[in-house]
Amino acid sequence: MTAPVGTWATLRRGVALSPELRAGLPGTLALALASTLGKVAVPVAVQQGLDHGVRASGGPDLGVIGLVAALAAVLLAVTVAAAYLMNVRLYTSTETALAALRTRTFRHVHDLSVLHQQEERRGALVSRVTSDIDQISRFLQYSGVSLVVNAGQVLVATAVMLAYSWQLTLLVYLVFVPLAAMMPRFQRWQQTAYQQVRAAVGVLYGAIAESVVGAPVIRAYGVAARTRGRLNRAVDDYRTTQYKAQARSVVITTLGEGASGLTNALVIIGGVALGAGAGRAVGIGGGLSVGELTAFVFLVSLFVQPIQVFTETLSEAQNAVAGWRRVLDILDTEPDVADPAESGRALPAGPLSVRFADVRFAYPGGPDVLTDVDVALPAKSRIAVVGETGSGKTTFAKLLTRLMDPTGGRVTLSGVPLAEVPFADLRRRVVMVPQDGFLFDTSVARNVAFARPELTDERIAEAFAELGLADWLAGLPYGLDTPVGERGEHLSVGERQLVALVRAAVADPDLLILDEATSAVDPATEVRLQRALDAVTRGRTTVTIAHRLSTAETADEVLVFDRGRIVQRGPHAVLVAEPDSVYAKLHSSWLEQTR
Amino acid sequence: MYGGGVLGRGLRVLGRAIRDEPVTFTFGAVGSVLFALMTVASAKVVGAVVGTVAVPAISTGRVATGALVLGAVAILAVSLLKIIGIFGRRLGAGAMQYRLQARYRREVTARYLDLPVSWHHRHPTGSLLSVANNDVESAYMPIAPLPFAVGTVTMLLAAIVSLLVTDWVLAVVGLLVFPAVFAVNVVYSRRSAPLQARAQRLRGDVAAVAHESFDGALVVKTAGREAAETERFAAVSADLRDASIAAGRVRGLFDPLMDALPNLGTLAVLVVGGLRLAGGQIEVQDLVGAAFLFSVLAFPVRAIGWVLGDLPRSVAGWERVQGVLTATGEMRYGTRELPGTGAAALSFDDVTFAYGDAEPVLRGVTVDVPAGRTVAVVGATGSGKSTLAALAARLVDPAAGRVTLAGVDTRELSAAALARSVALVPQVPFVFDDTVAGNVALDRPGVGPDEVAAALALAQADGFVGALSDGADTAVGERGTSLSGGQRQRITLARGLAGRPRLLVLDDATSAVDPRVESAILAGLRRAAGAGTTVLVVAYRRATIALADEVVYLDDGRVVARGTHQELLATVPGYAALVTAYDAAEEVRA
Repeated sequence: MTAPVGTWATLRRGVALSPELRAGLPGTLALALASTLGKVAVPVAVQQGLDHGVRASGGPDLGVIGLVAALAAVLLAVTVAAAYLMNVRLYTSTETALAALRTRTFRHVHDLSVLHQQEERRGALVSRVTSDIDQISRFLQYSGVSLVVNAGQVLVATAVMLAYSWQLTLLVYLVFVPLAAMMPRFQRWQQTAYQQVRAAVGVLYGAIAESVVGAPVIRAYGVAARTRGRLNRAVDDYRTTQYKAQARSVVITTLGEGASGLTNALVIIGGVALGAGAGRAVGIGGGLSVGELTAFVFLVSLFVQPIQVFTETLSEAQNAVAGWRRVLDILDTEPDVADPAESGRALPAGPLSVRFADVRFAYPGGPDVLTDVDVALPAKSRIAVVGETGSGKTTFAKLLTRLMDPTGGRVTLSGVPLAEVPFADLRRRVVMVPQDGFLFDTSVARNVAFARPELTDERIAEAFAELGLADWLAGLPYGLDTPVGERGEHLSVGERQLVALVRAAVADPDLLILDEATSAVDPATEVRLQRALDAVTRGRTTVTIAHRLSTAETADEVLVFDRGRIVQRGPHAVLVAEPDSVYAKLHSSWLEQTR
Repeated sequence: MYGGGVLGRGLRVLGRAIRDEPVTFTFGAVGSVLFALMTVASAKVVGAVVGTVAVPAISTGRVATGALVLGAVAILAVSLLKIIGIFGRRLGAGAMQYRLQARYRREVTARYLDLPVSWHHRHPTGSLLSVANNDVESAYMPIAPLPFAVGTVTMLLAAIVSLLVTDWVLAVVGLLVFPAVFAVNVVYSRRSAPLQARAQRLRGDVAAVAHESFDGALVVKTAGREAAETERFAAVSADLRDASIAAGRVRGLFDPLMDALPNLGTLAVLVVGGLRLAGGQIEVQDLVGAAFLFSVLAFPVRAIGWVLGDLPRSVAGWERVQGVLTATGEMRYGTRELPGTGAAALSFDDVTFAYGDAEPVLRGVTVDVPAGRTVAVVGATGSGKSTLAALAARLVDPAAGRVTLAGVDTRELSAAALARSVALVPQVPFVFDDTVAGNVALDRPGVGPDEVAAALALAQADGFVGALSDGADTAVGERGTSLSGGQRQRITLARGLAGRPRLLVLDDATSAVDPRVESAILAGLRRAAGAGTTVLVVAYRRATIALADEVVYLDDGRVVARGTHQELLATVPGYAALVTAYDAAEEVRA
């Protein structure tokens, strides 16, 4: 049975990417063949038993029957052993291959740029390394095994059928070859149904995730009914598409059954005719004994069974191939922000200077969000970046940390183009504290030591003390070992930001970028942190996306962004004195709020 | 905890499934029985044709054409009925399986929506997703072959009857082989249950690690920890791999055994049949028919194996689903409506609250917010402000004391009354995968396009929303990824304002907004709040605090002081230190 090129190409690429799947394959296939031979032993035993035992001249010969049955039983035992070994080998190789594929895909997701990560639904990314791979594994182990075994069974059955009667074998193939030829068309028909199933399941998982993650908001606004309505729609759509796909697969299955019934009828008619000597009469020979005819009917069922299994597992195969294709799609997405690794250039030691040369950035297909940014920041300077929401501040920070690459122009650090710095070097020297201080579901200490796992608890406690946070730490129920909960939810948003800041401080970077990282800390804590950070930032280059203008006031230089451009730059005192400037306006509204 | 009980528990899950879906099950089972009977019939027909047509024809060289054609027609007719049976069986089973999955997905997710926020806090998101997605799927995995298996049991009974009619000794062979099939299945399900459960649990762990790691992708990337995260993921997937291989070993033996048993039956028929034939008790056609019977049974008998093989996983999934469906701690709502109209007074009366077994985060808090007034809650990070906000919106209930709204204990209010009268705008904005307008309106009655537009304007969101490709009808994507943090915050603020709540709770809801935008929002709020809204605002900024008629100063879970901003500044050193921190910092620099 052939399948659309896409399917085979996917399978070939999938197998090529997982060499573990091919490891020991010849041995596994040999075992599969051995396990099929045992099955053929039974029809042959029936034939031998009937012709030479039951219908022996002079009455049934019990000795022959016993011998034949005993031999077949031994072969059957060998079959069981061979099948067991084959299964163990298959489980081992597929699970090993898929665990590796899972891990590889996981890594690749992390290697994709933030741009790609944002494009994909997060739930969808998770399902690439979970359910999609589970689909493949189920297919390879259950349907995949049976595909291998059954292919062997078809071959062996054909060989034995040919040995008994080539004429009847021809008859069998006359029915099944057209069926096989029609299969691809049916398969495509079924494939479209499965694509709808996958689309529906994507929507469903998204809806479920929303209901779990948004639980507090759903409750606060009493919109459970609305959410339930959406969920139920997604659930029902999924069910409907599943049913449609099932119906199509049933139609395909029954084609196999119909063909099998037709074959049996034809074989019986043909076999009886041949047995009665009709073949010799028309010159094709082919006399048949009762045992041979019976064995042939047995063999037809041995031949038909795999065909039925093929059609039954076709649907699972379609699902798996679709899953595999999605995994491959992820792996085929080239990270557009690539790590130069060994071929790159290390940054010079010491504090880093920054240069943006005619930098421009636009999201794919979108307008420029950053235009003509041309700025040099000396080493050890403390820079504040201010501007309204959407003015390009965060994009600036992302380009500076090489979370994205500019659309035009280039960024250099101490003269080294950012794109040439190996990630290992870059991430050690340049640290950003993102707006959302994401914490992992582990202890405070492990979160702080995230980038530097070798840090001892003593050193971490010291870092808290240096930032003036010793008392906050002492107030936690288990100190450094306090679990922060999923996403840090056991801590308040402000506390999460404290931990994220300490995390950045212990990383000891040469260029520190703070993205409004203290927006949710109370003023007293922020001032406390600010003083500590003053100490921490001394001797380093610091770029702070300032949301509170108090930060801008203490900076060496302020960059004012407006609609993707730097419209003002200079020290606070100078900028604020420029009447009607963007900065002056920002500052006066800030004063209005704090005074 | 596993072992002997799995088969029993598994059968109970199946029994429950049949009670849930009697019609589709019957449809599938009838189809299967028809299929089963026709399978036995096909053996009979083949045996009869070989015995009555083939044997004489081959012996004599003369074909009884009429009988042969009749035999062929009978084979085709049986095949046709089999096809009808397949349609009934597969469509019935499919409908049953999909309806059950849909039904329990609905129930599980409905339960998620019913269970309180405190319950959600205790359960990792990844595992909740896994229950609704994978566990529901696993629980009903054995449903697909269930009608087939039921049909097969029928078929086995029919086969025994057919053998009994032929010859009682041949029937004994069947009576030995068929129970052996069940015995192998029972042993299998006992052995594999704990292995399957472990693999299923690890599958949940793999999902949880992936979920967390992808959620924190930015932190992972900026810290350059991709390799370490990959190692962490590789460790759980290696555990899953080992567990799956261990489970596979058991299954790997079970499947070939299930295949071999009917074949052994065929051989036994050959030997026993030979004996009986020698004794003249049966004819050749009886032997051929009986032998063929075991051969056609080989495939369907596996359906029993499929059902039983999937049972352990089904039980594991089902029990996790049940864990959610029977989870207690549901927040009960009362039936009372909120009396009166316009702004509603809020009061905390000696309220104590703790998360789980931890130290209380609020102790003996008493605060009154008179109707129509604005009270600011000020306190250091971790002083319990957000918890106070959550209590006001009844996301959680106090451990002691009570929270009242317009004099009514919030626990006595109906869910609808609460949702209609209280709006909470949380610190971290959450937006739905919907349009901007959909996110603001949330299909609430009385929130039409005009209210949405007004609320967006009030939240200073009309500017950027107007610039979106489809304005307020622009879809924001999952979690609003196409928007910035400040934009998301303004949309959630508009959502809070749009319902014209009688109590508005702002939990530092402008933290990601620029100062200029924030002051515009606050000015609008000051105007709008006058019209019948009580406001509880968690704040840091002086401008926000200035909006309040009264300030409550929280420290370490207790109300330390309350009064106007000026009073507190003058009399409470801690408060003064907190809110004047900026000035103090500036003085130090100056």
